[in-house]
Amino acid sequence: MTAFDQASATLAALAPARSKGQRWRRRYGIAAIGAAIILVWVLIAILCSYLTPYSPDTVDVSIRLRPPSATHWLGTDELGRDVLTRLLYGSRISLFTGLVVVLLGGAFGTLVGGAAAFMRGRGEELIMRLTDLVLCFPPIILALAIAAALGIGTRNTIIAMLVVWWPKFARLAHSLVLVQRSQEYVEAAVVVGLKPARILLRHIIPNAVGPLIVLVTLDLGNAIITFAGLSFLGLGVVPPTPEWGSMVAEGRELVEQWWVAAFPGFAILSVVLGFNFLGDGVRDWLDPKARQR
Amino acid sequence: MPRYIVSRLVATALMALLATLVIFLIANMVPGDPVLAQLGDVAASNKAFVAEWRAKWGLDLPLWERYLIFLKGLLHGDLGVSIASQRPVLEDIGQYAPATIELATVGFLLSLLLGVPLGMLAAIKRDSWVDHVARAVSLVGVSSPTFWLAFIMLALFYGGLQIAPGPGRLDPIAFSPPTVTGLFLVDSLLAGDLESFRDAAAHLVLPSIVLAAATLGLITRTTRASMLDNLHQDYVRVARAKGLREGRIVNGHVLPNALIPIVTLGGLAYANLLTGAVMTETVFSWPGLGRYTFRSAEALDFPAIMGITLVVALTYLLINLVIDLSYALLDPRVAR
Repeated sequence: MTAFDQASATLAALAPARSKGQRWRRRYGIAAIGAAIILVWVLIAILCSYLTPYSPDTVDVSIRLRPPSATHWLGTDELGRDVLTRLLYGSRISLFTGLVVVLLGGAFGTLVGGAAAFMRGRGEELIMRLTDLVLCFPPIILALAIAAALGIGTRNTIIAMLVVWWPKFARLAHSLVLVQRSQEYVEAAVVVGLKPARILLRHIIPNAVGPLIVLVTLDLGNAIITFAGLSFLGLGVVPPTPEWGSMVAEGRELVEQWWVAAFPGFAILSVVLGFNFLGDGVRDWLDPKARQR
Repeated sequence: MPRYIVSRLVATALMALLATLVIFLIANMVPGDPVLAQLGDVAASNKAFVAEWRAKWGLDLPLWERYLIFLKGLLHGDLGVSIASQRPVLEDIGQYAPATIELATVGFLLSLLLGVPLGMLAAIKRDSWVDHVARAVSLVGVSSPTFWLAFIMLALFYGGLQIAPGPGRLDPIAFSPPTVTGLFLVDSLLAGDLESFRDAAAHLVLPSIVLAAATLGLITRTTRASMLDNLHQDYVRVARAKGLREGRIVNGHVLPNALIPIVTLGGLAYANLLTGAVMTETVFSWPGLGRYTFRSAEALDFPAIMGITLVVALTYLLINLVIDLSYALLDPRVAR
C-alpha cells in the first residue's frame, strides 16, 4: 500500500463518501490497513530472533520490573525478562494457534455440514442435531472444561477449541450447500454421472465458498482472542512460553507496573483489529448486498 | 401457535437431556486424573488410600451406572458435592450466582442503552461522523480481549487516577447488606442502607463497562444493519409520501420492526455475558460464577465443573426457548 493510498483512505474515512469510487476506495482502504497489520505481525513472527538482542526467557532478577527505557523499550517483567522480546516472540504462538483452530475447525465443519446438506435424510438430521447440541453450550465454558480435563498445554487447548469451533462452520456450510443443491448445474453434474463426493468438493463447495472465506477471516481474530483468554486463565501454554494472554496474566496484579500487562494486550488488540478490518473488507468485496450498507 | 410452542418445548427438553450426557462424558472420559489433582503426589502414591477415596466418590463404578446415578441425582436437584469445597455444588452455585447476575444485568443494560441509540444514529446519519464513531467503537469493542480491558480500566482508574474503587463488590471493611436476593443493589435498598448502595454501585462501574464493551459492539452493529434494512422498505416511503414527520417514522414505524433481530441477539448476548464474566470476574476479584468456574476447572473439581456447565447450558437453552417464543409473538409468521 502506497502513502497515497493510505492518505486517501484516511481522507475518505474522515469525509462522507460521495461518489461510488470514493466509497470503494474507503472500503478497500480499511481492508488494506488490516492486511498490512497482519503482514507486519507475520514478518515479526518469522524474523523475531533477528529483531531483538535479548532472548525471551533469560531471567535476570536484578533488573526486574524496570519501566520502559532506552535499553528495554517496553520495560521488563517480574523475572527481569524483556517485555518487547517476549511480545515479539508471542506472535508466533498466537498466529499459529489461530490459524490451526480456524483452518482445521473450519475445514472439518464445512465438510460435515456440506455433506449433511448433500445427503439429506437421517444422516443430515443426525449431524445437524449434533451441531445444535454443541452450539447449546457457551463456547468458552465448554472449552474451559475440556482444556482443564485434558491438562494444560498448547496442543490440548487447541483440541478443546476445535471441539467447540467446528459447529458454526457446519451450520453455515449446511445452509450454503442447501441453496446450491437445487441449482441446475448440480442436476447436470448428477445426470453426467459424476460421483457425489466429486460434485460436493469440486462443484458445490467452490460455488458456496464466499461467505465461508468471510467467516474464516473474521474468525481468526476470534480464535486468537479465545486462545489468549484460555492462556490468561492458565490453561493455554506451559510457562515460560512467551504468549500474550499469559503475559497479561503475569502482570494482572501489577497495577503500578502497568507495562507488563498493557503491551501484550495491545498486541492482541492490533492483530484482532487487523483480521476484523480485513474480514469486513472481504465481506464487502464478496457480498454485494452488504456493500450497499 | 400452540403446536409451535409444544414442539419448541419438546426439542428443548430433548436437548437438555443430551446436554447432561455430553457433560457427563467430558467429565469422565478425559485423561485428567482427579485423584492426582485433588490429593497431590504424596497421598496419590498410597494405594489403599486412593482406593478408599475412589469408592467414597463413586469413581470405582462402571461408566453407565455413574451416569444413571448422576441423572437420578439431577432429578432431585442434586448436582453432587464439590470435591474442593466439600459442599453441595448447587449450594455453591446459589451462593455465587447473584454476584454474576447483578454484574451481567448491569453490563447488559449499559450495552443496550448505549448500543441501540448509537446504532440508530449511525443508520439515520449514515456515512456521517456518528456512523464512523459507531463503527470504530464497535470494532474496538469486539476486538479487545476482555481480560486486558479489565486490567487497563483497573490500572487507569483505580491505580493511576484513583477515582474508582478497587476490586471486589464492596469496600474491604464494609459489611454486606442483609441477604434477601443476593443482589447488593437490591438488598441495600431493601435495608434502606444508602451508603452500601452507593458503595456497591461504585464497585459495579468498572467491571460492568468492561463486560458491556464486547456486547456493545455487537448490538450497535446489529441495530445499524437492521435499521438500514427497514429504512429502505416500501412502508417507509409510503409514510414519507403521506407526510409523516421523520421522527415519527423512525420511532413509530422503523424501530419496532428493526428491534426484532435485536431481541434475538440481545438474549444470546445476555447468555454470553453470564459466561464472559469468567475473565472480568477473575481480574476484578468478583465473587461470582465466573471465578468459581475457573477455580473448579483449575482444581479438576469434576462435580463442580459438571454442575456449572450444566446450569449454564440449561440457562442457555432456556434463554433460546424464550427468544424463540418471543420471536413468534413479535412476528406471527414464524409460528406457522
